[in-house]
Amino acid sequence: MQPLLEQACWDTLYMVGWSTLIAVAGGLPLGILLVLTDRGGLLQNVLANKVIGQIVNVARSMPFIILMVALMSFTRWVTGTTIGREAAIVPLAIGAIPFFARLVETAVREVDGGLVEAVQAMGGNTWTVVRKVLVPESLPSLIASTTTTIVALIGYSAMAGTVGAGGLGDIAIRYGFQRFESELMWITVAILAVVISVIQAAGDYAARSLHHRGGRSGPAPKLRLLKATTATSETV
Amino acid sequence: MITTSGLTKVYRSRGREVTALDGVDLHVREGEVYGVIGQSGAGKSSLIRCVNLLERPTSGTVTVAGQDLTALAGRGPRAGKELRRARSRIGMVFQHFNLLSSRTVQDNVELPLEILGKSGKERSAKALELLDLVGLADKARSYPAQLSGGQKQRVGIARALAGDPKVLLSDEATSALDPETTRSILQLLRDLNRQLGLTVLLITHEMDVVKSICDSAALMERGRIVESGTVGELLATPGSELASALFPVGGEASADDRTVVDVTFHGEAATQPVISQLSRTYNIDISILGAAIDTVGGLQVGRMRIELPGRYEDNVVPIGFLREQGLQIDVLGQEPVLLKEGARS
Repeated sequence: MQPLLEQACWDTLYMVGWSTLIAVAGGLPLGILLVLTDRGGLLQNVLANKVIGQIVNVARSMPFIILMVALMSFTRWVTGTTIGREAAIVPLAIGAIPFFARLVETAVREVDGGLVEAVQAMGGNTWTVVRKVLVPESLPSLIASTTTTIVALIGYSAMAGTVGAGGLGDIAIRYGFQRFESELMWITVAILAVVISVIQAAGDYAARSLHHRGGRSGPAPKLRLLKATTATSETV
Repeated sequence: MITTSGLTKVYRSRGREVTALDGVDLHVREGEVYGVIGQSGAGKSSLIRCVNLLERPTSGTVTVAGQDLTALAGRGPRAGKELRRARSRIGMVFQHFNLLSSRTVQDNVELPLEILGKSGKERSAKALELLDLVGLADKARSYPAQLSGGQKQRVGIARALAGDPKVLLSDEATSALDPETTRSILQLLRDLNRQLGLTVLLITHEMDVVKSICDSAALMERGRIVESGTVGELLATPGSELASALFPVGGEASADDRTVVDVTFHGEAATQPVISQLSRTYNIDISILGAAIDTVGGLQVGRMRIELPGRYEDNVVPIGFLREQGLQIDVLGQEPVLLKEGARS
């Protein structure tokens, strides 16, 4: 049982790890492009914006299991096979790119337009604006978006078992659900819960430590603690 | 140093046209502090943004330090290399500071130098020097969120000076600050203007800003410049709205059949005992409704609102006497002869 789970853990991490990397590499520029080409953006191009937006919408509305089947020939072209861990990474990544792109778009839109103007006034070009303003200023949100994407990918990866890619979700379905080994199912679910909690906590910590928007110094949380204790002592 | 001619900006949105700037001619001399004042919606913001072409003017030209920026702009919406180079020589400070929250104070000041492609050593030396100049040497490692509003604006000013600009544009730089901090920021701008020979163009809706640091001023209304000139010229212009706003005297007529006259003293005339002469010569009772002496743009100016018995028609001779003494006379309720035209430079 143990080697089975251990292998499954590694399979999940392998698939999710690689597809996250590809999703970030693809989704980040796409999301930024969605902001830049929008009306009033630095590279305003309404047509390009509509086209990219539509592609993202279509890709996002596709159920993952369908996407996996639909992409089979593409997957074979890229990896030379349609089964196994490598084959699962292709649809996982492609499914996550538009998902991440939308999250990036929302995060980048939050950046104050005044900062963009300030950099333009210094003589910066669009690339400077992206590199020095849009990405660093939205970094905490981008980290949070990446965390969300990783968690979503772990969920998707359960379906990757249908192409023989293995992974924790696959164990839960095949052994736990189909063979009624409920003990194994609960163990995998527990492992997934722990993995996801750890990733979420790490992501939150990273995002928070990159945040420099005040509230970093001690007094505020202390004060809240103080209030809480006085409140309880009153009720007691 | 900065000249705009026939500057027009029309915004089009959903078929509606809004004219923000309607043929603005502005002339800012080298080394002066020039204030453009007006209410919100008067077009001040569009004007200052047109000066470094953050906004493309619909028509007209902008020349800064002898360089025609509108010619550099090209046709597309994106700024070409030459325009970006020209912008890097114009500093700009903003109402909401626009500091990057992800960077330390020092890194914020280094940003323009990064854009100019300066080396790390040069950047940090320059940034520390500028932070010292604005009095924030000890805050180099802090993040903007840890600073007060006034400190943030000091960082904004240091950043604007990083590219050694000859011209500084100030977009309501003190409007988000309390009066005390406003004074210290204005003092800093004044010092920089004197020490570095920096030409400052500022827009504001606060008359106090113009009063305390401007050498010249312009009043904007509905996209046009209605009055402009040096503060001295404006004060010497009969009926100048800016002058009376810069230097208000209060007081209402005590009855209908009275003539209320604003007398402005500057230079020689201030030393003459004109009021008592007037009273003795024409044997009339003069009441003083309000009076003040103030320093406007470095000039000592006195202004007095007096009341003469009888209507304007009865007082033509005494008023003529006051004018002969070299005083500037504004009779309330009477249209001055040279309304506004005289104030145009």
